Amino acid sequence: MTTTSNKPLLLKLGIAVVAMFAFGYALVPLYEVFCEITGIGGKTGREDAAVAAVAPVDQSRTITVQFTSTSAVGLPWDFGPITQTVKLHPGEVGDATYFALNRSSRRMVGQAVPSVAPQKAAKYFKKTECFCFRNQPLDSGERKEMPIRFIVDRDLPKDVKTITLSYSFFNADKFADEDKSVSDAVSTTGQIEATN
Amino acid sequence: MATDHTHGHDGHDDHHDHGPPPFFTRWFMSTNHKDIGTLYLLFSLAMLFVGGSMAMVIRAELFQPGLQFVDPHFFNQMTTMHALVMIFGAVMPGFVGFANWMLPLMVGAPDMALPRLNNMSFWVLFMAFVLLLSTLLVGAPAGGWTMYAPLSIQGGLGIDMMIFAVHMMGISSILGAINVIVTCLNMRAPGMTLMKMPMFVWTWLITSFLLIAVMPVLAGAVTMLLTDRNFGTAFFDPAGGGDPVMFQHIFWFFGHPEVYIMILPAFGIISHIIPTFARKPLFGYDSMVFATAGIAFLSFVVWAHHMFTVGMPLSGELFFMYSTMLIAIPTGVKIFNWVATMWRGSMTFETPMLFAVSVVVLFTIGGLSGLMLAIVPADFQYHDTYFVVAHFHYVLFSGAVMAMMGGAYFWLPKWTGHMYNERLGKVHFWLTAIFFNVTFFPQHFLGLAGMPRRIPDYSTQFTEFNQWSSLGAFGLGISQLLFVYIVFACIRGGKQATAEVWENPEGLEWTVPSPAPHHTFETPPRIS
Repeated sequence: MTTTSNKPLLLKLGIAVVAMFAFGYALVPLYEVFCEITGIGGKTGREDAAVAAVAPVDQSRTITVQFTSTSAVGLPWDFGPITQTVKLHPGEVGDATYFALNRSSRRMVGQAVPSVAPQKAAKYFKKTECFCFRNQPLDSGERKEMPIRFIVDRDLPKDVKTITLSYSFFNADKFADEDKSVSDAVSTTGQIEATN
Repeated sequence: MATDHTHGHDGHDDHHDHGPPPFFTRWFMSTNHKDIGTLYLLFSLAMLFVGGSMAMVIRAELFQPGLQFVDPHFFNQMTTMHALVMIFGAVMPGFVGFANWMLPLMVGAPDMALPRLNNMSFWVLFMAFVLLLSTLLVGAPAGGWTMYAPLSIQGGLGIDMMIFAVHMMGISSILGAINVIVTCLNMRAPGMTLMKMPMFVWTWLITSFLLIAVMPVLAGAVTMLLTDRNFGTAFFDPAGGGDPVMFQHIFWFFGHPEVYIMILPAFGIISHIIPTFARKPLFGYDSMVFATAGIAFLSFVVWAHHMFTVGMPLSGELFFMYSTMLIAIPTGVKIFNWVATMWRGSMTFETPMLFAVSVVVLFTIGGLSGLMLAIVPADFQYHDTYFVVAHFHYVLFSGAVMAMMGGAYFWLPKWTGHMYNERLGKVHFWLTAIFFNVTFFPQHFLGLAGMPRRIPDYSTQFTEFNQWSSLGAFGLGISQLLFVYIVFACIRGGKQATAEVWENPEGLEWTVPSPAPHHTFETPPRIS
């Protein structure tokens, strides 16, 4: 048998296995960075504070921004835009307001995830203020109005005339830092899921 | 290694012809590649029937529109478990069984390079399936074998058990792959250069590299699921900053090479059968090797064609469409090489050849429907319909499984020392080929007409094709009992097989007697 001569090869193959396991995990940040750079997937979660001050306004065209919303399964909230559409020039600061109403019988924490359509507009849609930057806790029956402030970048491709901003609100009970009732929240979520 | 019993005897020349050890030691503690190969093959055959019976439940429910026999949740468990059992339990271990039996014989080695690792691979796999199948008692996973988040984050205990079972299958596959690579690279007989290795050895070597590259990625993906479910991470949960689509990307980064893991060894098997019965050497051996490597390489850059409809940008869709279509080139090279091998050969059609020829024909049908699915705008129509089901059963059943059946008939005389019953073998082939097509060909039409997969009920206009499909499936299932009968009859007795078995077959495995002795090539043969 050639047991001794197998060792260098075994070592290399073992390293390859561990490296590929690590690569599986590395795909997570790689994927995030790739989407962030390219704007692929309509990702627009970041906070763009610096852009607001310097962006000059492009008066030559007007962009219609539409607002829409979804509440995910497991979050019994009414959630939607109060402002339906905003017309503005690229570079101009726009404002809109969403509302959320907790219809459940307990305090819950939601997390909104934004998405922009068409996807190629995502990286030109800059939010300077958004309720999606942090968790939103609501007591039972509490209604809250939540502002967003945004700028459409002047470099937006000319063929984009309408941008749709969509928010999905997810149950973030188990990710909320300040919420004391995490264990209670998780068990209730479990029940909802079990009945699905 | 010296304490290991099989090798303990190796040093004693007068013990060369000793028989196998007693039953328990032989089958539970074996480090003999032939015995472990047999265990793998029998395990694979058993899983074919476990997964097949789940398919029978699916087809019984789909015989008529409406809900007849099972509730929808159980139906979903059946589709999920059928796929997991067939992929990880029947197809992959089946090929590992062939590798164990044939690789040392083909390269002139006394055993696999790492015999005890080999034993461990099998028993880890066995325990993985004990765990996976026991999910049926606690609520089996029902969200599809692809385990897509967020659904897989919500299910019950069965999902956690499936995750650990997948971990164990992964460990088993990786150990097996390491063993194959070390055997191929370090244990070849003197004179056998890499470009003289038999085609089956080449395809398994390349498959092993694919396994090493992607099984750890699958392990990573299911570990992320596990921590998302139980330890508060948010890889795939948007509420915590994750992204469910990312699961699909990671999963299919494993999943697409996985489909080649399941088909490349099949290509290897039929590259042995066709030359034998065409009585000509394999046409274009070098191009076969490079085509196999090319397919393996391309398999890493096509994964997103499984997820065209998630909302990718056009540039991404075009990239994955073109890269997918590119795979048709090396695959076409292989198909044409097989046809050219048969061209003007003195062909006879024993059972292995019947299976091999039908693999070439039916796999090509599956390949062409794959090309149709690769076309992005068309895929939006076909996605998640029965067209996809038809496509992957043409490549997996009439590609991988029928190649294994052909390989089993081809090497059974070498394994058992007896000829199988040729007449029954041919009957088995025709029943399988006909019922397979009756089962799956109508599913193309169902899919084109828009019948979605993984749904226990359907619109009444789909009834007739579904009835064809169900009847075909029942016939296909029952026909496989004949296969079991033929195999066991061949193990128990039959006409004595010669060492060569067939007419002037090529390869070292035909230079040892039939049945292959418990220990072979203790002194390596010399390749000129």
